[in-house]
Amino acid sequence: MFLAWREIAFARVRFGLMAAVVGLIAILVVVLSGLSSGLVIDGVSGLMRSPVQAVSFAAGTTTDSAFTRSAVTADQRDAWAEQPGITHAELLGVSIVNAHDGDTPVDLTLFGVQQGGFVEPPAAEGTPLAGSDEVLLSATARDAGVELGDTITLDHLGTALKVVGFTEDQRTFGHVDIGYLPLATWQAVHVGVRPGQQADATDLDEASVVALAGPAAKAGDLSAGDAAAGTDSRTIEATFASSPGYSAETMTMSLIKAFLYAISALVVGAFFTLWTVQRTRELTVMRAMGASTRYLVRDGLLQSVILLVAAVGGGVVLGLGLGALLSGTAMPFQLETAPVLTGAALLTVLGLLGAAVSTVRIAAVDPLTALGENR
Amino acid sequence: MTTVPATRVTTGLALAGVTLRYHDGDTTVRALDDVHLTVRPGEIVAVVGPSGAGKSSLLAVAGALAPPDEGTVEVGGTDITRLSPSRAAAFRRRHVGFVFQSGNLVPALTARDQLRLVEKITGRPAAVPVDDLLAAVDMTERAGRRPGHLSGGERQRIGIARALVGGPSLLLVDEPTAALDRARSHEIVELLARETREHEVATVMVTHDHDVLEHCDRVLEMVDGTLT
Repeated sequence: MFLAWREIAFARVRFGLMAAVVGLIAILVVVLSGLSSGLVIDGVSGLMRSPVQAVSFAAGTTTDSAFTRSAVTADQRDAWAEQPGITHAELLGVSIVNAHDGDTPVDLTLFGVQQGGFVEPPAAEGTPLAGSDEVLLSATARDAGVELGDTITLDHLGTALKVVGFTEDQRTFGHVDIGYLPLATWQAVHVGVRPGQQADATDLDEASVVALAGPAAKAGDLSAGDAAAGTDSRTIEATFASSPGYSAETMTMSLIKAFLYAISALVVGAFFTLWTVQRTRELTVMRAMGASTRYLVRDGLLQSVILLVAAVGGGVVLGLGLGALLSGTAMPFQLETAPVLTGAALLTVLGLLGAAVSTVRIAAVDPLTALGENR
Repeated sequence: MTTVPATRVTTGLALAGVTLRYHDGDTTVRALDDVHLTVRPGEIVAVVGPSGAGKSSLLAVAGALAPPDEGTVEVGGTDITRLSPSRAAAFRRRHVGFVFQSGNLVPALTARDQLRLVEKITGRPAAVPVDDLLAAVDMTERAGRRPGHLSGGERQRIGIARALVGGPSLLLVDEPTAALDRARSHEIVELLARETREHEVATVMVTHDHDVLEHCDRVLEMVDGTLT
């Protein structure tokens, strides 16, 4: 500590510049973490915040956009309802539509739910679904200007849905606000029945998926049910990848963060390697004086710990401040403690690993060269 | 910390039949050739000679920086001829002080901290109080300055104090006046001679500077690795 502090104070401009670089990377990590969480919530909060624990798709449905590709029947739902460990099994319809609130365009993901069933979320404002032409919207739709009593008109068909309530929190799917409507209404819309027309009874037998809950659903013990119902089921977390764009977004964010971590480790390693080269003469003198390798390596690592903790800590604080500003914008941004702390810890540990490479040079210093020998 | 055999204070430094060889390409060079040297505690011995004569090799072998190929090296009665690198480092911490060209001080440390660094490296308190040593080398007033704000002579004074702070039995001095003018050179070697006697340390000083030899007890010449 004696030498580490004094050398940092002496070379404060060099260490300050390095700390600024690491701090900026830490800010970026926090912002990317917030953006990642925000995108996840924007993409799948309707699934994350639902009581559904597993989802059954039609057998053979590919993962990508599976919700809108899948079609299941009431018989399959009934087969699931009879499975041990399944307490709830309901048909759920999922489709993405264009609509208008008056003259204002509104993008909606329609979730056709069984009225009063376990999938229908409680209305934090307004009332639960009661009639066939009603819709319960995500709280974010209210923030976008939709009000209770407004009429949402679906494009092309002209189906009118009265807004009777809003959920407590954000419920989105594929970055679009969810509108919960009665399953029968969703089925009619799904097959293109216009207002005043009648749908075939067979059309009203289908939905996109079977929503499941119960111990077996939670445990992911779904193979027996799949065999009985002829479905392909996944836990709710596994279905996130079936949300539009989810995998591409999360992979992109992960890749950017991985590069940031690698860059940080390289930059810190390069800095401390150059720093070690610059002070080689002093190191040789101290080795000649009898300083142990352990003493010198510990001193070098201590400097990197001080630099990284200060820079990453400062960067995280600034990143959180910037995040607070971004949270109030239209950008999908959500700061969560665990990812931010994980990112900061990774940045510090990888930076330390980078710095540790430079200690090889410290250990290799030959005290003989302090006397100007060149053997 | 590595333990070092207890020292019997008999002689300061005793080299007997020391030979040191090194390879220069395909050629083997005898840096030291059957060197015999004894330096008593409180005695300062100057070693002069042309560049490449083996003066620095002599310091390296005497200071446990390089083991000789033949012969024995004793410091304060302890045979240090075949110490492992870690035991050699531990021995240097306790028994050897180095004074380098231009002081070779740590740029980040003040004059006082240069001396305190020895306490940190050795892990034990200074054998001679830091402030006493600063006063002895007339650096009390400038103890808070870093090497960049000290003159060449002042840096060398601090280098001498740093070498003495651990209470060594052997002081090895490498061209201490190389970067100093005539007046400062005399001042520094005079200081070295005085501290050598005061602290009862055996001192070997290698130098090109013949003007300062009057302050030494003995002067030896080294030519092609041979001491005469």
